[in-house]
Amino acid sequence: MQQTRSVEIGTGLFVLLGMSALFFLTTQTTGGDTFSASDTFKVEARFENVGSLKSRAPVAMSGVTIGRVTSVVFDPDSLEAKVTFVIDAKYDKIPDDSDASILTAGLLGSQYIGLQAGGSDTYLEDGSEIYFTQSAIVLENLIGKFLVSSNSGDDE
Amino acid sequence: MLRRPENWLKALDRSSDNLIEIRDLMYSRGSRVIFKDMNLTIKRGEVTALMGPSGTGKTTLLRLITRQLVPQHGAIFVDGVDISSLNQAGLYELRKRFGMLFQNGALLTDYNVFENVAFPLREHTNLSNRLIRHVVLTKLHAVGLRGAADMWPSELSGGMARRVALARAMVMDPEILVYDEPFVGLDPISMGVIVRLVRRMNDALGITSIVVSHDVAEVSTVADCSYLISDGKVAASGSPDELHAANSELVRQFMHGMADGPVAFHFEAPNYAEQLLGRDAE
Amino acid sequence: MNTLVRDIYNSIHEFVRTFGAFQLFFLRLIRHSPRMIVRRPGLVVKQIYNAGALSLVIIMVCGLFVGGVLGLQGYANLSRFNAEDSVGTVVALALIKELGPVITALLFAGRAGTALSSEIGLMKATDQLAAMEMMAVNPVRRVLVPRFLGGVVAMPFLVAIFTCIGLFGAHLVSIDLLSVDVGAFWQQMQLSVSMDDIHEGVIKSFVFGVVASLLAVWEGYNAIPTAEGVGRATTRTVVISAIAVLILDFMITAVML
Repeated sequence: MQQTRSVEIGTGLFVLLGMSALFFLTTQTTGGDTFSASDTFKVEARFENVGSLKSRAPVAMSGVTIGRVTSVVFDPDSLEAKVTFVIDAKYDKIPDDSDASILTAGLLGSQYIGLQAGGSDTYLEDGSEIYFTQSAIVLENLIGKFLVSSNSGDDE
Repeated sequence: MLRRPENWLKALDRSSDNLIEIRDLMYSRGSRVIFKDMNLTIKRGEVTALMGPSGTGKTTLLRLITRQLVPQHGAIFVDGVDISSLNQAGLYELRKRFGMLFQNGALLTDYNVFENVAFPLREHTNLSNRLIRHVVLTKLHAVGLRGAADMWPSELSGGMARRVALARAMVMDPEILVYDEPFVGLDPISMGVIVRLVRRMNDALGITSIVVSHDVAEVSTVADCSYLISDGKVAASGSPDELHAANSELVRQFMHGMADGPVAFHFEAPNYAEQLLGRDAE
Repeated sequence: MNTLVRDIYNSIHEFVRTFGAFQLFFLRLIRHSPRMIVRRPGLVVKQIYNAGALSLVIIMVCGLFVGGVLGLQGYANLSRFNAEDSVGTVVALALIKELGPVITALLFAGRAGTALSSEIGLMKATDQLAAMEMMAVNPVRRVLVPRFLGGVVAMPFLVAIFTCIGLFGAHLVSIDLLSVDVGAFWQQMQLSVSMDDIHEGVIKSFVFGVVASLLAVWEGYNAIPTAEGVGRATTRTVVISAIAVLILDFMITAVML
């Protein structure tokens, strides 16, 4: 009897230890995406260039994550990239003329969508589309432009 | 499953009945034929000994009777039922009527003596702990090891382990007790104890016992009927006295322990002189 | 020539047969599992203890040093790019996705797997399994299933513990020894480790737990019942488990990428 008791205590401690380790891993090592709302609505936006934006990337407003990209596809009609993302349903007062831009976390970090509030009285709802968009800044293009403009500056 | 007096009387009453019948048994392992056209009957309520030189497959025969092995040909009937026709559930029901004592006891090393004996009860019944304790201590007392209940199998001597295994084999009150080489490797005292237990269990509980052994002297003192198995067949059968008196050379060689005879002293080998001169190397 | 072809044919035939028998064996264990969990939880608990709690020390010691060496190597190489702050990311991703599950599975095969197969092999060699059969107790259900389940349950916990201790080791080395900034260490890690990475680690640890326990139980059950046979089964357990774990690791990673 004494022996089975110690086995049970040992097993209990082991499982508790394992569970707390798992809990520690899920809560302390991750943090990049805390978005886990189950009640969401869907919004679309078209970008000329999405850079390296991928699905599951965060959607942030004023730096706070409020949603997540669900798909990035090329739209053959408009010849643009169509990005679909979901926003937590409790943020139902986002003006529908807000603009979306693709930003980079840190200098070389992963890309995310940043929303900038507009001034409209109607709000984003399920199925709406954001018309004001700003493409990702692609480093090569930026450098190219910089070189061109500095060259033309010399000519004048 | 407890054997009541009326059952016991009935068992005596039907002592002429054949409890186990083996018909035209054929069993081979790989290309080696172990039994061929073997016929054998075991009578209810008797101690039957299966004897034979080492390597004749006595243990194999026990495993066939308890269907741990399945014969290629022929049938084995236990109480009129062809055991090869049983499904898993039926087989386990049948096995509950058997108690088997393995050569080295085969005690479960995870459990102490008490739990080893209690094992079948815990697996097959819902008896309360108190009742289990009662039954187990009774069985351990019957083999004289009530005092060893808290010991572990590794602490037991060979003879003690076998007695514990006997208590375990009896704990479900089987109808048939099967002993695989119960006398091997025991000191004379332990041997005497086991011999006495085999006989006493058989008579007191009215069960049928099957003893596999090659110890002629011990078997002679306990067996009602003996079968001498050789070359995959029953070479001789009868009471110990009949076997002793038999004039077949093989039986004489076995019963009297002669080094050479029908069972040759030399294992099959190429010609001695030729091998020594190195001819077979070519 | 003819015999060579026949030998090759025979060995392929034998391999396929063994593989099929192995699958059926797995199904048999699965089939008996629910009943054992419901009816005899005590037996399963005992085996979780044997496979898990008794492996804790080796898992923790190894985790500490694996984490420590990752911290050292990560620091040494990342500092060449002035990216020492990413050491937390590198260590966490390596541990969570790869090294945690794989090294734990290898240690598990060496510690718990060998214990299982030698125990079962010895039970077979000493007729304990046959004795159970004769007592109308199914040894597959009574002996193998709890041991298999114990391993399956214990493995994910062992992996989680290994990974945590590894992170602790890396923390110790890179922050206390190499003075990487604590905040950067954790923040960089949290930015780049996602729930998906943890899922990948958990899936791997579960798969490895099933495979390593299954192989250990299988080898023990099919051991030749002699001292030599049990010894050989124990060796095979470690070798085959290691190969299976590494191949599966590659396959799972490729699928989840």
